[in-house]
Amino acid sequence: MVSGIDIVLQGVLLGGLYGLFAAGLSLIFGVMRLVNLAHGDLIVLAAFVILALVNGLGLPLPLAVVVAAVAMFVVGYVLQYVVLNRTLGRDILPPLLLTFGLSIFIQNGLLEAFTADSRRLSAGDLETASIALGGGLAVGVVPLMTFATAVAVIVALNQVFYRTAMGRAFRAVSDDPVTAQLMGIDNRRLFALAMGIAMVVATIAALFLGVRANFDPSIGPARLIFAFEAVIIGGLGSLWGTLAGGIVLGVAQTVGASISPEWQLLAGHLAFLAVLLVRPRGFFPRAID
Amino acid sequence: MALLETRDLSAFYGDFQALFGISMAFEAGDTVAVIGANGAGKSTLLKAICGLVGARPDAVVFDGRPIGGLRASEIMQLGIAMTPEGRKLFPSLTVEENLLIGADHRKGSGYWRLETVYELFPGLEARRTAAATALSGGQQQMVAIGRALMSNPRLLLCDEISLGLAPVVIRDIYAAMPAIRAQGTTVVIVEQDIVQALAVANKVYCLQEGRVTLSGAPAELSREAIHEAYFGH
Repeated sequence: MVSGIDIVLQGVLLGGLYGLFAAGLSLIFGVMRLVNLAHGDLIVLAAFVILALVNGLGLPLPLAVVVAAVAMFVVGYVLQYVVLNRTLGRDILPPLLLTFGLSIFIQNGLLEAFTADSRRLSAGDLETASIALGGGLAVGVVPLMTFATAVAVIVALNQVFYRTAMGRAFRAVSDDPVTAQLMGIDNRRLFALAMGIAMVVATIAALFLGVRANFDPSIGPARLIFAFEAVIIGGLGSLWGTLAGGIVLGVAQTVGASISPEWQLLAGHLAFLAVLLVRPRGFFPRAID
Repeated sequence: MALLETRDLSAFYGDFQALFGISMAFEAGDTVAVIGANGAGKSTLLKAICGLVGARPDAVVFDGRPIGGLRASEIMQLGIAMTPEGRKLFPSLTVEENLLIGADHRKGSGYWRLETVYELFPGLEARRTAAATALSGGQQQMVAIGRALMSNPRLLLCDEISLGLAPVVIRDIYAAMPAIRAQGTTVVIVEQDIVQALAVANKVYCLQEGRVTLSGAPAELSREAIHEAYFGH
């Protein structure tokens, strides 16, 4: 019984990480209907940026994350403004092809710069710290922080979306990009801003990715799959749904892993397919679309 | 000098030419009616002015400045607001958010803000937290006009604001026109409903197949002249 609770609890916390992977993807799709196939690789890129700042410049990890977040915001803004904006239009194929190419470009660029070695971000004693919950249950501090951060990120994004003029503009552009221009909104800048914000979230995801486990230049696409599954399970356009989707995926994976380690990834994918069968639009699809 | 002039304005959708050398002049404070049958180019004219359809730079001159071909967002920030055909409210936004977004990128310095728009259209305040698309058609049109007013525009373009509405509702909406004009706003009304448009306008242009076929003050134009300009021979 205790081990059952433990498995589900670990899965929920793992879901926080997947929620973080997916939040940026969900944001981008929600605002500009862009499917960013390079999202996983951009998370890995952010992890290497943090690593370089820690190892190269000797910055403490928290400061390195802040600097990396600013740098990734700029990368996202410029990438969207200069490159991706040109591909947006009625045809959904050009942005798919472009982000697919970008994914390969980032992987190979990282391989050149950092080799294929597995790396990790060191969080010192925090990595192994845990909190006893009684009854033989314990949760790791890092997974707990991951989950709490995922919730905080989604609360923050929702505040931006529903409480600020910028969020109003995001929702308006998502509804009707043409009429949004009549409100004085410059879509190109707004999309760039959205991508910048998504890259800040990706940097936060990268921190927990790197502290939790090893990473190397090739793991981006697998993170993208998890992020996609979380977004689809949760329902397109809903940020809380994305976190819920991450949790479903995380729990399925830890339950699968408890049966046999081979089952971890497969169980996650099976859960995804099962949700698609029962609720093809996910759990919390946006009412309007 | 006119507030807005179109000089030999032509507009295209791909290979299809929708406007052929339109020249018009709107003075500050004018209420201009642009009438014409379906497909005469009325909406295209408004779109060329507000930047949704491309134009030669000097084909549209606003306050002495060539604005043809600028981005719609830039033109809006200069003080030209548009109430698009079909209202085009943002379904994800509440009534109040739809109004607020009109002022997010240009507040102007003028009379129009949330309170004064609610005064102009008294029914809206009670529905301020409702989804904009949950309102009746007439109220949605009021939100669309209010949204455009929120930026305190110098020029307000109204595209088919009576479309699909009951006559009594249309009368309510047109009842707001005097208050809008009282702020010195120049208003351009595009309508198929000629009677309504002529009643409020001090200047009228009639379009037919992308060309101006008649212009003048409504009082000076005979029914027959309008009929001919509207339908052709």
